[in-house]
Amino acid sequence: MRLQYPPTVRIIEVPCTGKVDIIHLLLAFEQGADGVMVVGCMEGDCHYMRGNLFAKKRVQRVKDILDQVGLGGERVAMYNLSSGMGGRFAEIVREMTSKIMELGPSPIRIATGTVARAAGEEAA
Amino acid sequence: MIKAKPKPLEEILENVKDFRKLLIAGCDGCVTVCEAGGLKEAKVLASSLRLYFTQAGQSAQVDETTLTRQCEKEYLAQLSDNIDQYDAVVSLACGCGVQYLAEMYNQKIVFPGVDTCFMGVNEERGLYSERCQACGRCILAETGGICPIARCSKRMLNGPCGGSEGGKCEVNKDIPCGWELIYERLKTLGQLDRFEKPIDPKDWTTSRDGGPRKIVREDLRI
Repeated sequence: MRLQYPPTVRIIEVPCTGKVDIIHLLLAFEQGADGVMVVGCMEGDCHYMRGNLFAKKRVQRVKDILDQVGLGGERVAMYNLSSGMGGRFAEIVREMTSKIMELGPSPIRIATGTVARAAGEEAA
Repeated sequence: MIKAKPKPLEEILENVKDFRKLLIAGCDGCVTVCEAGGLKEAKVLASSLRLYFTQAGQSAQVDETTLTRQCEKEYLAQLSDNIDQYDAVVSLACGCGVQYLAEMYNQKIVFPGVDTCFMGVNEERGLYSERCQACGRCILAETGGICPIARCSKRMLNGPCGGSEGGKCEVNKDIPCGWELIYERLKTLGQLDRFEKPIDPKDWTTSRDGGPRKIVREDLRI
């Protein structure tokens, strides 16, 4: 398809979004990610039955934590799409990138003085 | 097992915000089973606090560890080598663990990280319910294996009361009437005649009415 999307994301592959734990998302922020998006299968289509539903709840929990610690819950998001939706993947990367650009660098990077890098780095 | 739930992060932040070296001490016992205070929860809390301090431009050291059980001195002793380097400890153990840790390291400020709720069972993941109030004298043999002290809102020994309606308690329609449960169970067991023998008034001195309790087992003591 050779779809174009911003080079702002670092993709971390996992067997299922059910593998993604709260601590993984928090550590990404500790290490300077400006935003994190979790991209799982469509709801109801999980090969492991409920992996993406677990991920959805964990992402919500991380949103709450980020709100309370001063980073803002909008820096983390969950998307659901199938492996046949490459176009949509490129679209959500653009969407997330522009949202993070709007929010600016993570307060963690500002506080630690590593903000010189381009804003909008995300890990999926 | 003892059931607990995590304290709101806001409350923990309020307690620890003025400290710069913190240890988050989880417990591998009961609180791990109800996912309130095990290693995973300790890591999440430590990471959350690090994010909080970092974004506020404050340098702080927040480490996490877990002990096999915080209600035993032998395991608490594992903290003795490095606890001195911390200003305060947030213990994610139940109330027993928090107190025993504070008792053993009495110079150290210790905060609770969970709210200890009751002794209960895992109905399913994320759903825990009370089964025992540790009254000190078990009467389950007389009540079909269902405890009227823990399951009846009034702790009645000879129920049900007039507030039982359609098998539910008047306190809350989500609470099954303990005595309805006992009745149904005894009926299943063919032991309804037990309802003809009132249960004698209970000796509550074995419960909290006798003050803080202690078990002394001379056969076990060395």
